[in-house]
Amino acid sequence: MKKKKVIHMVRRTGISTAKAWSIRIIAVLLALLVCAFVIVGITGANPIAVYGGIIDGAVGTSSRTWITIRECVFLLIVAAGLTPAFKMRFWNLGAEGQILMGGLATAAVMIYLGPMLQDWLLWIIIIVVSMLSGLVWGLLPAIFKAYFNTNESLFTLMMNYVAMQIIDVAIVFWENPKGSNSVGVINQVGKEGWFPSMFGQQYLFNVILTAITMILVFSYMRYSKHGYELRVVGESYNTARYAGINVKKVIIRTMCLSSAIAGLAGAMIVAGSSHTISVSTGGGRGFTAIIVAWMSQFNPYAMIIVSLFLVFMQRGSIQIATDYGLNNNASDIITGIILFFLIGCEFFVNYRLEVTTIDEEEAKA
Amino acid sequence: MNLIITFIQQAIAQGIAILFGATGEIMTEKSGNLNLGIPGIMYMGGISGLMGGFFYELNNDNPNKWVGVLCACLCCAVASAIGGLIFTFLTVTLRANQNVVGLALTTFGTGFGNFFGGSISKMAGGVGQISVATTASGFQTPIPGLSKIPFLGDVLFHYGFLTYSAIIVSLIAAYILKKTRTGLNLTAVGESPQAADAAGINVTKYKYVATITGSVIAGFGGLYFVMEYLGGTWGNNGFGDRGWLAIALVILALWNPANAIWGSLLFGALYIIDIYLPGLTRASQEFVKMSPYVVTIIILIITSKRNRPEQQPPASLGLSYFREDR
Repeated sequence: MKKKKVIHMVRRTGISTAKAWSIRIIAVLLALLVCAFVIVGITGANPIAVYGGIIDGAVGTSSRTWITIRECVFLLIVAAGLTPAFKMRFWNLGAEGQILMGGLATAAVMIYLGPMLQDWLLWIIIIVVSMLSGLVWGLLPAIFKAYFNTNESLFTLMMNYVAMQIIDVAIVFWENPKGSNSVGVINQVGKEGWFPSMFGQQYLFNVILTAITMILVFSYMRYSKHGYELRVVGESYNTARYAGINVKKVIIRTMCLSSAIAGLAGAMIVAGSSHTISVSTGGGRGFTAIIVAWMSQFNPYAMIIVSLFLVFMQRGSIQIATDYGLNNNASDIITGIILFFLIGCEFFVNYRLEVTTIDEEEAKA
Repeated sequence: MNLIITFIQQAIAQGIAILFGATGEIMTEKSGNLNLGIPGIMYMGGISGLMGGFFYELNNDNPNKWVGVLCACLCCAVASAIGGLIFTFLTVTLRANQNVVGLALTTFGTGFGNFFGGSISKMAGGVGQISVATTASGFQTPIPGLSKIPFLGDVLFHYGFLTYSAIIVSLIAAYILKKTRTGLNLTAVGESPQAADAAGINVTKYKYVATITGSVIAGFGGLYFVMEYLGGTWGNNGFGDRGWLAIALVILALWNPANAIWGSLLFGALYIIDIYLPGLTRASQEFVKMSPYVVTIIILIITSKRNRPEQQPPASLGLSYFREDR
């Protein structure tokens, strides 16, 4: 009689929240361990000093803390915007381009209308216009998805690079000073159109905008009829049709919402933080936010935790890189490693592995 | 005349990296895996090959260019395979979402490339930029004899061996996909993993092999870029958006590697044509650079509207296959 051990996976029927989170925490710890190996391998520094450096870089001073909050808020608003589209199983990979278009509209308002209008009017115009131009960028793929079933992930992905080229065209017209090939800080003297500082904090306005958006999006998802409809469409087009839902309308409506919020994020970045526009205004946030939204399984609280953690490690590793004279891209490696672990651990939340012994001869028979 | 020769040479030089990436991505997508990590994998392949050549030259006083080439190719293949392995392990074995893993892999790979490209020379105790002139000269050696023919030699035989490999690999891939049982099985896996599984095809194995092979092919696109195109140095983010262009080319080629060959020439030409067209303003130059993406979007729309089965993306593209969910 030959015995053989086999590992197979069994879908968990229910897992307690505590257990799910302890699996995730183990994954995070493992990720930190691997990151420590990588950092120590490269810098040769003492790992404890390295983690001290990361904490120092992320929240060491009040201004560093605010930068961490600023970056976290950008990720959050984009992730919140992506949520309705993803719930509908519409792969909006075009947030980067939608951010850029929102930013572009913001910059245009600041440049052309900045000197003429009151600040409060400018802010309203910026918010409306940036949302509209983000919306247009998401509307195109949505229409073609709804009517021709065009693959939306590839379409939205390509739109990102069209947007980048449009930014390059705009830079040609707006460059300041001439020949620098960059727009420079817009309205540096009068700060027309800049989002206001509140209580002396430049980024607080962005935080409030994000909080409002998140509350609105998640109430829309949870309590409105629209939110219900888009979830049904996400489950199955056919089910939705039988239930009398106009699938085309829902796809287009949901994508408009999703991309308008990404456009608003562009306004927050341009008017509320960098005050300039370039192809790197999006800074990959449109892509990172996709990961944030997916990994938090569209739970707003999990979103806050995940994006805080990612930004914390990013800012921290940028600090480490500066401390040891290495380049900033180290933070992308660290982010990548953490993401692999976080993505991988979801499997162990949903499945458990079982080792069973089977009788080989019996199995053959 | 000279201008035309330079233009064709430049267009081919721009196209080859994209061609490698597209061929690799077609192999991958045929198995139903939408690997958006390809841009990252191309960075990883490029920098690893460069590091292979760099350490070989660093440790040998009198380096031989062909040994350097071998080191570079090996390192590139291993690193790209690891990239592909990470993707397949997470998406197939651990059943994670493909888009999410792909984007994370691109973040990781791009960071990996730029980080080591920027600091490997310094970490090895040197100063300034990384440079592997000897190994790169191996990659840049044109076909002896034939490249001396006037015009034809300049246009057709002027390139290093990776350029020809790219075209040969695409043709082989096209042959495998269309004419062999393996290729048909692979297509079946990408179209309907359920049916393929029922027919006794090992879906998991096909996905693993196709994705890792595809990643290695794509990785060589990165290697081509740093070695033959840049001559063995690294520019921060120098590879730019070529990885995404490769994914665009997959659509233009309608998932057929043989089409990718002329497609890569077209994209290569569009990438640089703004320099050669007289009388363009800077703004219109930027518009011209937009054209590869716009063309891709139009192709995507037309094929989805026409709805011909042989010109569609693989039906299960981007979806994970769980046997027990049937």
